[in-house]
Amino acid sequence: MKLKVKNFNVKINNKDILNNININFKKNSIHALIGPSGCGKSTFLKSINRMNDLIDKFTFDGNIFLDDKNIYDIDEVSLRKKVGMVFQKATPFPKSIFENVAYGLRIHGIKDKKFINKKVKESLKASALWDEVKDKLNSSALNLSGGQQQRLCIARTIAVNPDVILMDEPCSALDPISTFKIEDLIQKLKRKYTIVLVTHNMQQAKRVSDFTSFFLNGHVIESGKTNQIFLNPKKEKTESYISGRFG
Amino acid sequence: MNEAIVEKGLFLLSIFSILIFLLIIIFIILESFPAFQHIGISNILFGINWAPDNGFYGILPMILGSIIVTVFALLIAIPLSIGCAIYIEEFSQNHIKTLFKPIIQTLAGIPSIVYGFFGLMVLVPISRDFFGGSGFTILVASMVLAIMILPTIISLSQDAINSVPSEYVESSLALGSTHIQTIKNIILPKASLKITTAIILAMGRAIGETLAIIMVAGNVAEIPTSILSPVRTLTSNIALEMGYAIDIHYNSLFATAVVLFSIIMVLMIISNVIEHKWGC
Ligand SMILES: Nc1ncnc2c1ncn2[C@@H]1O[C@H](COP(=O)(O)OP(=O)(O)OP(=O)(O)O)[C@@H](O)[C@H]1O
Ligand SMILES: [Mg+2]
Repeated sequence: MKLKVKNFNVKINNKDILNNININFKKNSIHALIGPSGCGKSTFLKSINRMNDLIDKFTFDGNIFLDDKNIYDIDEVSLRKKVGMVFQKATPFPKSIFENVAYGLRIHGIKDKKFINKKVKESLKASALWDEVKDKLNSSALNLSGGQQQRLCIARTIAVNPDVILMDEPCSALDPISTFKIEDLIQKLKRKYTIVLVTHNMQQAKRVSDFTSFFLNGHVIESGKTNQIFLNPKKEKTESYISGRFG
Repeated sequence: MNEAIVEKGLFLLSIFSILIFLLIIIFIILESFPAFQHIGISNILFGINWAPDNGFYGILPMILGSIIVTVFALLIAIPLSIGCAIYIEEFSQNHIKTLFKPIIQTLAGIPSIVYGFFGLMVLVPISRDFFGGSGFTILVASMVLAIMILPTIISLSQDAINSVPSEYVESSLALGSTHIQTIKNIILPKASLKITTAIILAMGRAIGETLAIIMVAGNVAEIPTSILSPVRTLTSNIALEMGYAIDIHYNSLFATAVVLFSIIMVLMIISNVIEHKWGC
């Protein structure tokens, strides 16, 4: 298991947001998190790379282990290097395409130009963007389309060699073709990375993921193989959610 | 119907205020005209002697004086205020942040005579004790001016830092960059345009400041030779002599005003160009 979450609880402002979460994430798999809006999926995702530490009134208990190491025993910089994150809204920096991908390398102290060039190229290729941008690496990333921007953000994330990639509804702002490209990409990425994918799109979870966990009001109702969850859910609430009866 | 009246009314009001502004400018230019005509533009702009009694009306010492004092004030104020803005926005706890805000607003609201008085009573004697001479120096004038423009740069820089989208910051942190790296590589570059316009605005304020400067600068109308020389600025030149100036002397003070507002106009144009051309 790449990631293990044990009895994990989160409170923000003393309000219970996540209750007793237990999920294991298998190495080189895609694990989808589904559930209605406000049920705590993003909060859970941000617990894994400790982005919640930025929130003022955030408290937690329980443990999350990355490769059997408690994430609070790893300093947050190394943790975030290992656990990359792609946000719902594509957020390329207002820099060139090249500099966006090189950013992570540079902040981690890499100066070797050749290495950076090579890594940028590799990452853009791995995120299926290279062919579209190879002639304009120095133009602003903000001129790319939404789908391209999102793939650039994925490239930027994989450039720093993470083990795990957290994706928070990466396709929710994209058209069907861009969505398809990213889904395709996500499936290729799992050969190298462990992927946690938050999605509102049931079809997407079904199409791309190996495992699925269903969140409701800060609880994990059911967790298991994607096929089982969608074809043969054990809990009634799961059944009614995936059949679209609420949420 | 009603809206049309309101709209027309507002239109007239704005035309009216612009008209007043134009009238003032025209008046100043007209009054300065005899000076430029009789003394000559270059004799005024580049003349190094200001001695109205003897017919010398060169304001180069004052032009340089204004520029030098402003530049030194900025050199002192920029690092202090940007550092302060970064600290407040990025490092301070919430309660400190709420404490800072009214303090800075108050600092901005204190009348300039108070700052001048402080300079005169505290900084001038210190300068005198340390460096000898009268104590009325460019150094002290710049320090007083720096204190006066601090609040402007601080609060506008705070706005600039605040307006950097949090997505950029989060993305940068999520890539494993430290807070400091994120400030340096993401926040400051993104905020730099707005900070630049803040600095230009402060520059305009510094060049226009009069009272506090008169109190501490010594006001000698000579080209300064060191940071410990006394200095006279364009604004001081007008304020000091307007009470008794007549004829061409009077007109030459208006010429000083024309130069002054030309400088400020150029600064405002630069700041507008920055905002609109590379606007965020
Ligand atoms: N910074 C915060 N401060 C206070 N409350 C928060 C904060 N972040 C999240 N919450 C609360 O935590 C709960 C879960 O939010 P979260 O964003 O994790 O839901 P989500 O499942 O990702 O929803 P969505 O599908 O709409 O993205 C919500 O009730 C939300 O109001
Ligand atoms: Mg969310």
